[in-house]
This record gives sequence, C-alpha cells and structure tokens, in this order.
Amino acid sequence: MSTDRFRRCAVFTILTPMKTDSSGGPCAGRTGVLAAKSLACRRGRRLLFRGLNLRLDAGSVTWLRGTNGSGKTSLMRILAGLSAPAQGSITWDGLPLNQGDGAARRGIVYIGHANALKDDLSLLEAVAFLGRLQGVDAASARALTALARLGLSARRDAPVHTLSQGQRRRGALARLALDDAPRTWLLDEPYDALDRDSAMLVSGLIEAHAARGGAVLLTGHQTVTLYGAREFDLEPHRAA
Amino acid sequence: MIGLLLAVTRRDLLMARRRRMEALLPLGFFVVAAGLFPIGVGPESQTLRQIAPGVLWVCALLAAMLSVTQMFASDHHDGSLEQMVLAPQPLVVVVAGKVLAHWLTSGIPLVLTAPLIGVLFDMRAQSIVTLTLTLLLGTPILSLLGAVGAALTLGLRSGAALMFLLVLPLTVPALIFGTGAVGAVDAGLSAQAHMSLLGALLILTLLGAPLAAAAALRISLD
Repeated sequence: MSTDRFRRCAVFTILTPMKTDSSGGPCAGRTGVLAAKSLACRRGRRLLFRGLNLRLDAGSVTWLRGTNGSGKTSLMRILAGLSAPAQGSITWDGLPLNQGDGAARRGIVYIGHANALKDDLSLLEAVAFLGRLQGVDAASARALTALARLGLSARRDAPVHTLSQGQRRRGALARLALDDAPRTWLLDEPYDALDRDSAMLVSGLIEAHAARGGAVLLTGHQTVTLYGAREFDLEPHRAA
Repeated sequence: MIGLLLAVTRRDLLMARRRRMEALLPLGFFVVAAGLFPIGVGPESQTLRQIAPGVLWVCALLAAMLSVTQMFASDHHDGSLEQMVLAPQPLVVVVAGKVLAHWLTSGIPLVLTAPLIGVLFDMRAQSIVTLTLTLLLGTPILSLLGAVGAALTLGLRSGAALMFLLVLPLTVPALIFGTGAVGAVDAGLSAQAHMSLLGALLILTLLGAPLAAAAALRISLD
C-alpha cells in the first residue's frame, strides 16, 4: 500500500506485549494481518473502486473515509468475507480469506449497519447468542460483563424492541467486549446513533483493543478522535 | 458444532414462545382448512374416509409452507444472518438448527393434531396411526425443502409466491408416498414400502437440503 494514501494522524506504536486471548478460545494469542491486494468492487454494472491495496496490521486503527456511495460498506463486506471482490485477493495471516481452518472467521469481527439483535430477545440473550456464534466460551457470563462495560447493565433484561436506537447500537457493540482476543474489528458506522458519552466508551474500547495488538478498520462521518488512528481515503481508488 | 446447533434451535424456540400467536398460525390454518372439507364435501363417511389422507397431507404441506417463508427473513432483515454466515462454524450447522426449530414449532403440532382431524374425517384407528407416522416422517422433509426455497428467494420481491412455485413440486414425492401409505392400509395392504420410501426421502433431504440452503444463503447475501 502506498504510504501517501495513508495520512497518519499520530504516530502509534505498540509497546505493550501482545496479550493472549483470555477466553482461551481458538484465537488465543494469534493476530493475523488482514491484507487486501488490487481489490476491485462492482455493484450491478457500476464499478465502485479498483486497484485498492490495504493492510491492517496488529495494533492499528484505520478510519476508512469516502463520500456516500464510494463503496465503504462494500469494502467492509468484502474484507469480512460476506461478498466476493470483482478482482483482487484478500489474505488473512498469509492465507486466502476463505481457506484454511476457519482461522480468519475466528479472527475477524464484523459489525455492520444492522445491529443483529433480535427484537423478541432480551439484550443479554441477544448478545450472548452473538457470542456463541462467534465461538466465545461461557457466552452468557461474558455478555453480562460486556454489557456492563458499555453501561447497559440496567437494561440487560429488557426486550430489544423496547430499547432506543443508541442503546441497541451499544448492545451490538458490546460484542466487542466479549473477550480480549486481538482480533481484527471491521466496524461500519460504529458511532451511529450514539451520544457523546457512549461514543467515548466505544472509542475507549477501540483504543484498548489496539493497545492489546488488535486491528480496527472503521467508517463514519463523525469527527471522533481516536488516538493513533490513521486514515485511508477511498476517493483515489474510485472508478471513473 | 452440536452446541451451535442447539443454541440456534433454542433461540428460535424462545422467540416462537414469545410470539405464540404467530407460531400457532400454521396449526390454525391446518385445522381450519382441513375442517372445512367435511362441511363442503358433505357428511358421507365413506367419501370423507377416502379423501382424508390427501386432504390432510395437502393441508399440512400448505401450513408448513406458510411459516417456512419467514425462516431466514427476519434474520436477514436485522443483520443476524450476516453474523451467522460469518460464524467460524459451518453455516450448514446454523441452517440445520433453524430447520429443527421450524419443525418443532410447526411440524410437530401438525403431527399431534392430525389424529384429531382424522377422527373428524371418520378415519379408522389403523389409518390414523399410519397417517400420523407418515406426517412424522414427512413434515421434516417439508421443513428441509422449505429452507432451500426460503434461502433461494431471500430478499426477493414476491419471494413467498416464488417459493411456493419452487418448493411445492419438490414435495410431490412425499405427498404421493404419504397418502399412498394410508391408502395401502385402507386397502388391507402393508404400508411398509411407502414408509421405507418416505424414510429414504427424508434421509436424502437431510443430506442435501441443509447444504443447498447454506449455499443459497451465501449467494443471497453477496
């Protein structure tokens, strides 16, 4: 990736040794580098971007910038493995994304626009289920702790349909606090619907994750300051 | 993997329990639709006994199809399906869990209600037992085939109608062997051949349908 396309907001060096996954889960002690090479994305007949190279190193926080319709969400979905690129390749730890023993799926957490919380479940049940899907051990107990970290302890037994948009978003982001594994987080508009205090909580989670050796790629139009974050601009890659 | 399967099934059952009215709609349709036939056809016992297996099987089939259209729709709408596709375990396990939950909430109630409807049609005890057994083997087939149809039509406009057109022809063999078994018992013959074929159909569908549904879900989400 050409360095001129990255505008570093601050020098960010990880000095702390990488922690191992306290869950003892399958991702324990492992940080894969997510790297995309010569990516192109097509939606219908429209080519959104091409020739895109991106590398998410351990301990990095990257803002993905671009105007509406530039393909930020499409890129996120491609990196997560939900969509196939029109061209190019993505590797996780040097291996193609969808190959190997599923290590990439364990090592990447994607939170999209939709919160993935079921209206009829309580917040605790919904987050615990997402934890089980993610392969987290003792998901219910961890969901309790995660909700507490996001300031949602008082609402843990409330049905999701009774929560405000901001509370639902925080509930969805509570997945990030389920364990301390240094995974790669792909967060599409994580600050959407959050008030200032909640945004600070989420920023704290992201910075702590990077300090543990995890990597974060996020989108958003808000002006949120994240220590050590750099920017990746999609505009130069947009197809004419 | 079994843990994930059970977690998905438990979650869907919990949601069905919290939306009881919605979960009971297929059963309501089955009872009302089957109950209308004696009124429409007339109270002649011989006629009712003759049409009972076909009517009950068709009503069960349509009732199962009614609910199966929603198998993945709400998960697709709220983003849960994306997370299921991204889970480290194979997607086929999630599909199997959802099919199991669908069968437990819509198939089993149909099987349990069938004997009562059989009495309404003045069926003989042995025919009722055979009918119930065929539905026990046949309703999982309907859930499995329905899952493939629901996955293929996910996110499409008029997806429900398209699903009926796609899946109903595939259910014809189950319908033939299911009603044929009761017909054989009524004629004083053994239903073993029909039951065996229905069992083979179930095994075949069990092996193929979850894989096909998982592949279709990946395509739908791309």
